[in-house]
Order: sequence, then C-alpha cells, then structure tokens
Amino acid sequence: MATKASRSAARLMMAPAVILLLGWMLVPLTMTLWFSFRTYLPLRGGDQGWTGFDNYVRFVTSSSFWPAVSTTLIIVAGVLAITIALGVLLAILLDQPMWGQGVVRILVIAPFFVMPTVSALVWKNIFMDPTNGLFAHLWRFFGADPVSWLSNAATPSIILIVSWQWLPFATLILLTAIQSLDSEQLEAAEMDGASPLARFFYITLPHLSRAITIVLLIQTIFLLAIFAEIFVTTGGAFGTRTLSYLIFQRVLESQNIGLGSAGGVYAIILANIVAIFLMRIVGKNLDT
Amino acid sequence: MGQIELKQVTKSFGDVQVIPPLDLTIKDGEFTVFVGPSGCGKSTLLRLIAGLEDITTGHIEIDGSDATDVVPARRGLAMVFQSYALYPHMSVRKNIAFPLKMAKMDQAEIDKRVDAAAQVLNLADYIDRRPGQLSGGQRQRVAIGRAIVREPAAFLFDEPLSNLDAALRVGMRMEISELHKKLATTMIYVTHDQVEAMTMADKIVVLQAGVIEQVGSPLELYRAPRNTFVAGFIGSPRMNLITGEEAAKHDAHTIGIRPEHIDVVESGGTWQGTVGVAEHLGSDTFFHIHNTGLADTLTVRAIGDVSLTHGDKIHLAPRADEIHRFDTAGLRIA
Ligand SMILES: Nc1ncnc2c1ncn2[C@@H]1O[C@H](COP(=O)(O)OP(=O)(O)O)[C@@H](O)[C@H]1O
Ligand SMILES: [Mg+2]
Repeated sequence: MATKASRSAARLMMAPAVILLLGWMLVPLTMTLWFSFRTYLPLRGGDQGWTGFDNYVRFVTSSSFWPAVSTTLIIVAGVLAITIALGVLLAILLDQPMWGQGVVRILVIAPFFVMPTVSALVWKNIFMDPTNGLFAHLWRFFGADPVSWLSNAATPSIILIVSWQWLPFATLILLTAIQSLDSEQLEAAEMDGASPLARFFYITLPHLSRAITIVLLIQTIFLLAIFAEIFVTTGGAFGTRTLSYLIFQRVLESQNIGLGSAGGVYAIILANIVAIFLMRIVGKNLDT
Repeated sequence: MGQIELKQVTKSFGDVQVIPPLDLTIKDGEFTVFVGPSGCGKSTLLRLIAGLEDITTGHIEIDGSDATDVVPARRGLAMVFQSYALYPHMSVRKNIAFPLKMAKMDQAEIDKRVDAAAQVLNLADYIDRRPGQLSGGQRQRVAIGRAIVREPAAFLFDEPLSNLDAALRVGMRMEISELHKKLATTMIYVTHDQVEAMTMADKIVVLQAGVIEQVGSPLELYRAPRNTFVAGFIGSPRMNLITGEEAAKHDAHTIGIRPEHIDVVESGGTWQGTVGVAEHLGSDTFFHIHNTGLADTLTVRAIGDVSLTHGDKIHLAPRADEIHRFDTAGLRIA
C-alpha cells in the first residue's frame, strides 16, 4: 500500500465488505434501540408508540435482572477457569511424543464440531438423566443416590456442558503456543536446577500468557451469549437464567419486544463492561 | 574441581549410531574445544556430558564419581546454548538469578552474586532490561552470566559465538578466554570453526562422524596431524594435500604441505604454475595456483603484498622439513 493510487484502490476494494459488515451490525443495533423506547406487544395491540425509559426501568427493577447478571458472570467465569486450566494441561499432554498422536488430537478437537444443541441434549439425556443416565448408573454402582444434575446442581451442570464444548478451542490454541516454545529454554531451566513444576510455572506458563489472553477474550465474547445449552436443558429454571435467556423470555414468552430490546441494550453494556475489565487485567499481555 | 571422564560412551538415535564407543578425559581447569564439521556429533557429545541426552552405553564420571544417571541439575555443570536460551519474560537480573533462586539461596546472597557477575561481564547498564531489548553480544554475556553465578564445576559452550558478527566474535572470543584464565574452571567449548579452536583451546578434540580423530594442543595438531582429516581441518588456509607421483617421491601415498610453508622464489623452485586467484590482504597474499602438473590447485601464502596477479608465472619452493607424509589409510608416517 505504498502509493496513493494503490491506497485508494484498496479502499474501493474493501468498501463492499465494510459496508456489509456495518449494515449487519448497525441495522439490528438501531432496531434494538428503536424498539427499546416503544411499547410493542405483538399479541396485545402491536406497536403502541413511545414510552421513554419505561422499558429500561422495568427491566432493571424486575426481580430477575440481578440474578440473571450474576448467573451470566458465574457461568462465564466457571467455563473460562475450567477450559483454561484443563486446556493448558491437555495441551502439554498432547505436545508429548506418543503413539497415535494424530488420532488423539482429532478426538480432542471433536467436541467443537458438535452443535451446542446436540451436545447439550446428549449430556442431558445420556449422562445426566437421574434415572437412566450414565452418571446415575455410576452413582448407584457405588451405592450412592443418583443426583438430579439439571435440577439440583443446574448451574454447575451447565458450566460442565459448555466447558466440554469449549475445551477443544482452548486446547488447540494453547497447543500451538506450546509448540512454539524453544526447547532450549526448557533445557536451560533444567540445567539451572528447575524441577518440572518450576519449569512449568517459570517457563511454560509465561510463554503461554499471550495465548491464554486470546482464549480468554474470544471465549468471553461467545460465552456471554450462550443460549442453546440452557434452552434444551433447564429452560432457564433452577437459577440458570442468564441475561440473554431473560431477554429471550421477555420477547418470546411475555411477547414484549420493547422490554426485551431494553434488555438487549443492557446486555451490550454488560459485554462492554466485561470487555473493558478484561482488557485492563490481561490486555497488557498482548502488547509485549 | 571439574575433571570429566567419558568411558566407552556411545549414543544412538533409534538405529543410527551417532557416537561410536568413545573415551576421553578432560582434566580439571582445562579449556577443551570440540571441533569438527557440522553434523559430526559435537553437540550430541556435549549434551551427553550435560545430561540432556541419555547415553546409550558407557559411563560418564565427573570428579571421579559416576554421573551417568545423575540428572543435569546435579552434575554441577553450566551450559551456554547456541540460541542463548534466555528466559524472554524475565529481566537480565532475574535471568542470571534464576539458577540461584532454584537452588533456594537466600536473597542477599543472590543479589551479591548477580552483582558480581554483572560487574565481571559489564552487564550493569542493562540489568533491568529484558533479553528482547538486548543486542546479540549482550545476550551472549547474559547467558554467560547465568552460567557463572552457579560457580559450576565446568562450563559447557555450544557454538556460543556462531550468531554474532565477525568483529563481535573476535571480541567475545577473547572475553571467554580471559574468563577462563580468571576462573580457572574447566570449560568445554564446541565449535565448527577451527580458528576459534586454535585461538582458545588448551586442548583440541577433533571429531569426525562421532569419532575422535586426534586430541592434542593446538600446536601439536598443527605440527603433527595424525591423519589427512586433521591435516586438512586444522590450519587456515587449508593444507595442500597432494597424491600421486609427487607423493611417491617421498615414499608416501599423500603428502601435505601448508600454504605458509611454500616459498615464492624468483626462478627455479620445485613447482611452477600460473596464478589463478590472488587474495591480497596486505599483511599476506594468498595465491591459488594452477597448471603445476599436480592434480589439484595449490594454495600458497606469501608474507606481505607480493605483486603477482592472475595469469602470472610463479615459482614455488616447498620447505622439505615441513612436508607431512601419509599412508594409503590417510595415517601419518613418522
Ligand atoms: N534428537 C535427535 N534425533 C535423531 N538424530 C539426531 C538427534 N540429534 C542429533 N541427531 C543426529 O546426530 C548427528 C550429530 O548431530 P549434532 O551433535 O547436532 O552435530 P553437530 O553439533 O556436530 O553439528 C547428526 O547427524 C544429527 O542428524
Ligand atoms: Mg551443533
């Protein structure tokens, strides 16, 4: 992009993509903002005009709002903690030379290709079902009472299911990062008297910090919006109602588009708060 | 103390034997250089001594006790890697302090030793920088600093200067030699550059395909190479190796004569030829000479700037007492 001509040519070429992306983002955003200031009840009179900030006030003052925010944050934090901790471990394991490495790697990546709805249903019916699930059989085998996972430990169960889906992503990114670690650094540390654990904490983990940051940021974006896993398992019951699920209920179950749209705007604000917060604590890893 | 002894050591990677049975003794305080062409097993040998590779058969003794199965950290050796292997996320100070921290030394002692090392190696000015912000020579110094704070029984260097530019290389070469004089610790130094070997070593070990071709002081190797490989490898420019009729005159299969042992004379001389390439360095002139009636081109070194150029006729007189004779197996004939 050295000359003026090539720069303007580049702009021209990029224009369609930029316009498309902008439209893709701006149209729904504008519509959400528009509806959030209107009373819009599709089955009870349709669009009934401006209401100012009523929807916003109603959404926050509803008794479901703060629990939904905290559930969202708990699920995001839980999944991040599990996927990153296990992802680092798995990446280290997969980096070891072993028999059948190729097959094992594909198996580890496989969950990522299963649709969220399908994997959640598989977990719900095959593993977590309190009478016929594999966990129930396991519990009975050891003489314990089967746990009703999705009603008695609903949030942890959802975290488990979502972690299972996102673990491959974390593992994959961390594995490529581990493979770029200079083995002479590990050998130098070994000669310097570092135990395997010390080598992990002083050499491997700092080397992975950038990859971990990337996993953290990308996963957060997607995890804030998880929906299918909740929809097909608990349906938002037993304290698993996240912010996005609450919005869904307001729009479709209560048939109140104005209220749901206001919730959407809150979700955007929440996502931005989380993003700023994350960038503050981990963003510096990206500069160096 | 730092006496290292290898007894019948072999190393195989899978089916490939990289080091055939090898015996070697490195005396305490000696500066030993492993030299040989790329891929001859120098690094492998060094890594066997360090403990970074398991030896396939044989024994390694350090200071008289068997170290074959001792983990690297407990062998009391420090290594400087070709890539320096500095820890990129730690400051220079933390890099140097790392082995001491791993040894759970108390902080006051660590600071004292790191400062002392920084003093010796002139690291003080950039002690709080990270390796990424240093030049190649500075990184090299940090790597050496990290090695010396441990006060090891021996230092192992794997081609430590190969990533530096020529001028820096000469400087670092001297610094390492001086460091050796100051510390009087055993050093094993791997290089493929015979000039480094000649200038630094107390003892040179010439390797080819994992086999020790000759062990000796630089001048022993220069004066009495045990075979044609060592003869060709040690010395710059390379020794002229001549076979055929000319060698038969000396009752040998091959004769060798170093470029600096052939005199350029006005007329007469044993060999005549035409100058191919003439390299004028000012202090010396190297001539590559064709059409001598010998199979190969001859290299001749003349002192000072001799004004013969391409195509000129040249008369050469080899010094009779500097001719090395080798038999059909390439071994030296006494
Ligand atoms: N980890 C390894 N696996 C298989 N072969 C190796 C390994 N390391 C070195 N080799 C082989 O051993 C030989 C000697 O290598 P090396 O010691 O690195 O040579 P040098 O340092 O003298 O250049 C080479 O032929 C190389 O291919
Ligand atoms: Mg090497």
